[in-house]
Amino acid sequence: MDWANAVIQGVLLGGLYALFAAGLSLIFGVMRLVNIAHGDLIVLSAYLALTVTTALGLSPLLALIIVVPGMGLIGYTLQRAILNRTMGEDLLPPLLVTFGLSVIIQNALLMGYTADPQNLQAGAIEVASVEIGAIALGVMPLIVFGTAVVVIAGLQWMFYHTALGRAFRATSDRQDIAQLMGLNRAHIFGLAMGLSLAVTALAGVFLGIRTSFDPAAGSARLIFGFEAVIIGGLGNLWGTLAGGVILGVAQTVGAKINPGYQILAGHIVFLLILAVRPRGLFPRIDG
Amino acid sequence: MPDPVLTIDKLNAHYGDFQALYDVSMTVEPGEVVAVIGANGAGKTTLLRSISGLLSNSANEIRWRGTPIGALRADQVAQQGIALVPEGRLLFPSLSVEENLIIGGQAKRKGPWTLERVYALFPVLKERRNQASTSLSGGQQQMVAIGRALMSNPDLVLMDEISLGLAPVIIRQIYEALPGIVGEGLTAVIVEQDISKALSVSSRVYCLQEGRVSLTGQSNTVSRDEISRAYFGI
Repeated sequence: MDWANAVIQGVLLGGLYALFAAGLSLIFGVMRLVNIAHGDLIVLSAYLALTVTTALGLSPLLALIIVVPGMGLIGYTLQRAILNRTMGEDLLPPLLVTFGLSVIIQNALLMGYTADPQNLQAGAIEVASVEIGAIALGVMPLIVFGTAVVVIAGLQWMFYHTALGRAFRATSDRQDIAQLMGLNRAHIFGLAMGLSLAVTALAGVFLGIRTSFDPAAGSARLIFGFEAVIIGGLGNLWGTLAGGVILGVAQTVGAKINPGYQILAGHIVFLLILAVRPRGLFPRIDG
Repeated sequence: MPDPVLTIDKLNAHYGDFQALYDVSMTVEPGEVVAVIGANGAGKTTLLRSISGLLSNSANEIRWRGTPIGALRADQVAQQGIALVPEGRLLFPSLSVEENLIIGGQAKRKGPWTLERVYALFPVLKERRNQASTSLSGGQQQMVAIGRALMSNPDLVLMDEISLGLAPVIIRQIYEALPGIVGEGLTAVIVEQDISKALSVSSRVYCLQEGRVSLTGQSNTVSRDEISRAYFGI
């Protein structure tokens, strides 16, 4: 039963990893941008939520009402003001700029909040659980997993059934021809980054409720996000959820074998999948 | 003679250090079909890319209804009512046939062209509207590319080598559809390798040679000799 419990907790943890990954997957899909600052932006969202909860006395879950649109706005502005200037044929300049951004965010957080670990207090819901047979499922992990499924389903629906999704796909296919359709690439990219960071805000708040965070906590989250995206296959959102779940299960089962193996087990499974299926388990099929 | 809608005045275009167009001047009158011919590398595609904003220029070199558009981005030029059917069709592979057409109408300009009307012009597209655009034959893809441009209800449509790589029977079909397209006040500039096709649908012709205009004339009066001289510079 312990093993079944480890797997189930891993699946739920996978929901959080899928939220880490969905924003990365989205902007890579739309504009081929590899965002090295993604993990730091997750941590930034957590600190933003911390500020909102302490200033207004709100629960972190209610703070999402402010943090999600706030991060969306930051994303749009960041893309229009800085990243769009670096976008072109060459993938390297935007990658380097996001690397610089990562350093800046970490140091700004260090100056603003010190290096002390923080966490978000969500109250009783943090320890609430439901019993299913002999297994206790935390309410919070269930909420996180449910949110991940809803976010992925929502993004999927948006991509294939709305004008914005059509514009994203067209821009992803051929940027210059999409411009000919009257689509302003700079604006479309801004919207993609805004959406990505809105999802990141969810990930950041759930991270902060689950565990403590400090200004340097972003790089591990970036790695988990990347691993989930790559295991699932680039450009496939449901694959990203599957990738998150596989990574989560690998970690909890690894921890079950030996608590020190948690992170290592995740990386090993990632490497094995990469060795066998270099394009991930469910790569996007297109022309 | 009516005032031209499109005026190109001493246009110079560059790709990095390479100059592709030298002082190209051209006018297009409302409702007219103008053909641009010339050998490979003469600058025909560069000319269309410049007008459509894919290649940026000095503002005043290109004027649309008196307004300088040379420095506008491609999406801004598209909003002004200028559509390009690009060489090689360049459909969006992750969009279905119908989505490719719908996104052409993204700017929501008013006019006669709707999905239904495009399907009436090219009925085969209606049958295949939910298919991936990449699954179509070359000729059908060209129809989508033309339909996509029309869906924006343009006032000026630029067509780049719409017969390139297509079977003669398909080319004939597409050219037979052209009069139905350019009737109602729509102005067109077509770039074409097939000189007789170009002359048959146009009222005036410009020939480019190594980035310069080497001949202009009425399509029904220019002689074969004049064209071959302008084409090859001999």
